Amino acid sequence: MRGLLRGWTLAVLALVYLPILAGALAGLSRSRYFLFPPRDWARDWSLDWWAKVAGALEIRALVANSLLIAAVVTVLAVGFGLCGALAFARHGWRGRRWFQRLVLLPLCFPQPVLGLAALMWFDTLGIGTGWRTAAVAHLVWIVPVVTLVIAIRVYGFDPALEEAAADLGASRLAIWREVTLPMLWPGIWSGALFAFLLSWGNFPLSLYTAGADGTVPKWLYAKMVAGYSPMVPALGTMSTIAAALVLGAGAAVARLARGRG
Amino acid sequence: MAAPPPARSRRRRRLSPGLRAAAPVLALLAFGFAAPLATVAAMSVSPPGSFAPAPGPDLQAWARLVDPAGGLPGSFAVTLGLAAATVAALLAICLPLAHALVHLFGRWSGLVSTLFVFPLFVSENVRLYGWALVLLKNGLLDGTMKALGLGPGPDWLFTPAITLAGMIYVHLPFMLFPVVLGLSLVPRETVEAARDLGASRARIWAEIVLPLASPGILIGMLLTFTLAAGALAEARILGGQSVIPVAQEIETAFSYAQDWPGGAAMALALVLITGALALALLAAIDLDRLLGRRR
Repeated sequence: MRGLLRGWTLAVLALVYLPILAGALAGLSRSRYFLFPPRDWARDWSLDWWAKVAGALEIRALVANSLLIAAVVTVLAVGFGLCGALAFARHGWRGRRWFQRLVLLPLCFPQPVLGLAALMWFDTLGIGTGWRTAAVAHLVWIVPVVTLVIAIRVYGFDPALEEAAADLGASRLAIWREVTLPMLWPGIWSGALFAFLLSWGNFPLSLYTAGADGTVPKWLYAKMVAGYSPMVPALGTMSTIAAALVLGAGAAVARLARGRG
Repeated sequence: MAAPPPARSRRRRRLSPGLRAAAPVLALLAFGFAAPLATVAAMSVSPPGSFAPAPGPDLQAWARLVDPAGGLPGSFAVTLGLAAATVAALLAICLPLAHALVHLFGRWSGLVSTLFVFPLFVSENVRLYGWALVLLKNGLLDGTMKALGLGPGPDWLFTPAITLAGMIYVHLPFMLFPVVLGLSLVPRETVEAARDLGASRARIWAEIVLPLASPGILIGMLLTFTLAAGALAEARILGGQSVIPVAQEIETAFSYAQDWPGGAAMALALVLITGALALALLAAIDLDRLLGRRR
């Protein structure tokens, strides 16, 4: 039974990563069209498409836009999410159960519909779409996720510690800095990682709300629908590797912080 | 400790600390979530040909929505059917998977969980496109089978079945992690006690594990159903338009067809269906118990 379950897990994992592997192979093949297996295993590989992607000015602008949106979303989502998590899990207040449900609601809505609704709303207000409106749309979906991630940490936090600090004469600011933030830090850090990476990879919200500002997922989709180019899997793989590096670096920082604290 | 302790001081006249902490998120959701949905509602009752909410109310878009001759009721049925099939398949895949993650991997469970989370951060287009590269003629599967002398690979691309497979694939993490949360609510001692008393494995699952884990399982079902009901890219990239889901009809209404009221009515209908389901299920679930459990 145990062996069967382990095998099942590994089989599902293999299927989860198979398409990512296929994209990596396609981006590294020399030919214009994807052929597998390559005729010559030794010579049919090249980094040409990678170099082409890295050299394209258009793609640099996309990466800059995606990074800008993800950075803004991360900072704001952590601020919103931290407040939201305290209201979600820490304070006993009358509207809390109602608030918990409301926070989860945007996650249960199809993202293309949310993006379209935001587009119509911005249109009605006369706000032109661009990276700023895309960031707002991302926040509506990402703040609930960050709120949940931080809330899980808040549940495990004993408010008696804050009270003890207050009884010992610590100021509010000092309590925040010395007690509350260090306790919640792992949740805040994971929330920030989630926010950055979910924004970086988001397509359906950006499609409708980024206007003329291109993002990496938007560009990839446009090229996919238009026809095949090895630049698509090459950029897709590069974007995946970047996300993996961010996740790995984030985990390493968390581990270092835990070791010290 | 299921519920957090009540706030220390409940001031009468000032806003409660909870409401003050909730205020920024409430403001964001009012601006970025409620107001846009209200705009869609206003748009859906505007006269045909409007490109901004216009005074009405004009119910033509809704009349077309429920008219069987227009084909839209069928489109909704197909979409919701595919979403239901996605949920059923994901339950079958994720229950054993979540059990393994909770009980089997020990100190590796963090790494294995991370491996399952990571695809969420890769744009779903890229992953679905990867499947197309696997299944294409001379793609990974076809090429490998030919090289091994097994003949040409199966012709699965551009069928409704592969659309469903893509939906199952993309939404896997949204089922897996709530189910993991749910299963870790089940106390080990209870399961062991039942086993000591001679209960069969099937009976333990039916009468102990599933009921105790139900908050997580229900959230997983809810999330995957609603997300799958709005799925678009699977049908476009893998299905080759062999199935037209509602999300695609909505996009067409807003782009080629230039029928904004029609698109808004479809979007609102989808939102009403998924929203009603979400509210009904969320009302039945104790979120404090699901998220605040202590291991």
